Amino acid sequence: MDIGKDLVAASATPLVLAILSEGESYGYAIIKRVDELSGGKLQWTDGMLYPVLHRLERNGLVEASWGRSESGRRRKYYRLTEDGSRELADQQRQWQVVSETLRATPFQMFEPVPQGA
Amino acid sequence: MSEKGRQLLEDRIGEWRSYVRRRQAIEAADADELEDHLRSQVAELVQAGLDEDEAFLIGVKRLGELDVLSREFAREHSERLWKRLVVAQDGDGGGEWRREATAAVGLAVAAAVAIKAPELFGLRWDGPDVGQLFYLRNLSLFALPFLAGFFAWKRTMDAVGWGWLAALFVAGALAVNLTPFAPEGHTEVLAILHLPIALWLAVGIAYAGGAWRSHDHRMNYVRFSGEWFIYYVLIALGGGVLMGLTMFVFGAIGLDAEWLLTTWILPCGAVGAVVIAGWLVEAKQSVIENMAPVLTLIFTPLFTLMLLAFLITMALTGSGIEVERDVLIGFDLLLVLVVGLLLYSVSARDPHAEPGFFDVLSLLLVVCALAVDAMALWAILARITAFGFSPNRVAALGENLILVANLTGSAVLYARFVSRRSGFAPLERWQTAYLPVYAAWAWIVVLLFPLVFGFQ
Repeated sequence: MDIGKDLVAASATPLVLAILSEGESYGYAIIKRVDELSGGKLQWTDGMLYPVLHRLERNGLVEASWGRSESGRRRKYYRLTEDGSRELADQQRQWQVVSETLRATPFQMFEPVPQGA
Repeated sequence: MSEKGRQLLEDRIGEWRSYVRRRQAIEAADADELEDHLRSQVAELVQAGLDEDEAFLIGVKRLGELDVLSREFAREHSERLWKRLVVAQDGDGGGEWRREATAAVGLAVAAAVAIKAPELFGLRWDGPDVGQLFYLRNLSLFALPFLAGFFAWKRTMDAVGWGWLAALFVAGALAVNLTPFAPEGHTEVLAILHLPIALWLAVGIAYAGGAWRSHDHRMNYVRFSGEWFIYYVLIALGGGVLMGLTMFVFGAIGLDAEWLLTTWILPCGAVGAVVIAGWLVEAKQSVIENMAPVLTLIFTPLFTLMLLAFLITMALTGSGIEVERDVLIGFDLLLVLVVGLLLYSVSARDPHAEPGFFDVLSLLLVVCALAVDAMALWAILARITAFGFSPNRVAALGENLILVANLTGSAVLYARFVSRRSGFAPLERWQTAYLPVYAAWAWIVVLLFPLVFGFQ
């Protein structure tokens, strides 16, 4: 399924923050996790994740540190900060409002078209 | 993974990385991060049964189009579009950078100590005349050996180079301090003015890491000198503001800070900045556009216009050059400026580019300067017997002849280049081959003039 550019951009922050709330991680693993959680339906252009991570880092929502991968490559790890946790809670409330409002509209009447129909 | 496949993959990733690094908004650390991502992806795909080539292509495609990616990075890191000095990175080169910074600051402090040390022996700048003259004679010796030392160290110069360097600096120190100059003698002033030039060119030996015969190294030293000068002036301006504000804030609480500024901050800052400016120029080399050629671009047309206007006015009014005693010095300065403009436009020019408008303009500038100087020289030579051969006049005349010779050669080579009878390289070589002539003349004035003119 193709998800619109704006929606991908808007959902990137809460998604990344939520994944990092599970524990420290790095770019490739985050992409894998998104893939896994969405069952492969949510596809990002991999590279675009990094500017997002850098923005979160600049705003103090995540912390980054350089470490090593299993094979000894330089790898940058990200972890959620206190501010990041607060932001995540805030985002959670906002998305809840959006989702509840949508559900109260005829929006829910539109059944997803079964794949391959 | 087969050995051949692995090698191919390494090559591909290396290529990809250098391609990524060309984007200004993507820095080395980001490239590391993206490379880690790409390698993780490739490893997984290879494990799933793809060959390295396919895995690489898919990995690169998933990362996204580089243009779009680099635009995203630029949006997030807009400051990176302004080139800047890379200060203390964590990754590769960080240790090197710190080592150089430490060496530069250490040498700057050493220079500051050197200029204050003579006070221990009672030689004070604000003391009797002997003290002031001592500092003036040795000014370049307090700063340039440390700058030379920095480059000799950085380029790991061989013993022969160190030998040359030491010999030149010792010769300069002995010459200005042991020569029995007559009180208020002109040859002493001339030595004070020429020793810095001689020693500046000696620093070039260290800058070239001992390989000063190489024309490329010489041209790089010319570029370095221009940038160094601009940095030094900027640091000096900043220092001026610092000193002004220091005076002001201490003045506000009724304290006079002038002694502190004139006896410590000004001399120590002035010699320390020589080393610091040199180090900064070296560090920023590839980061920031060279300034000297930009200034050349602005001022070459303006000076050409000025000289043309002068020549036309002279032709129309029919007035000749007033021959005063010291008029030659002014024309020397004019020629120095023209040679400088020429040198820096040569230094920044792509040697393979076709002759263009700017080359014609440069040629015009040189020809105008030669015409103006020829008239001045003619007027002066006719009267020089009446004035007599004082050291000042011989020095001014010698310099004028040296510069005229350079400009004449340049004009001929420029004309050949503009008329497409030869390439640009001979002009570049002519300028770099000429550098030792300046050095030789400066040493002649420092070493031989006092003897020839009886220390007057």
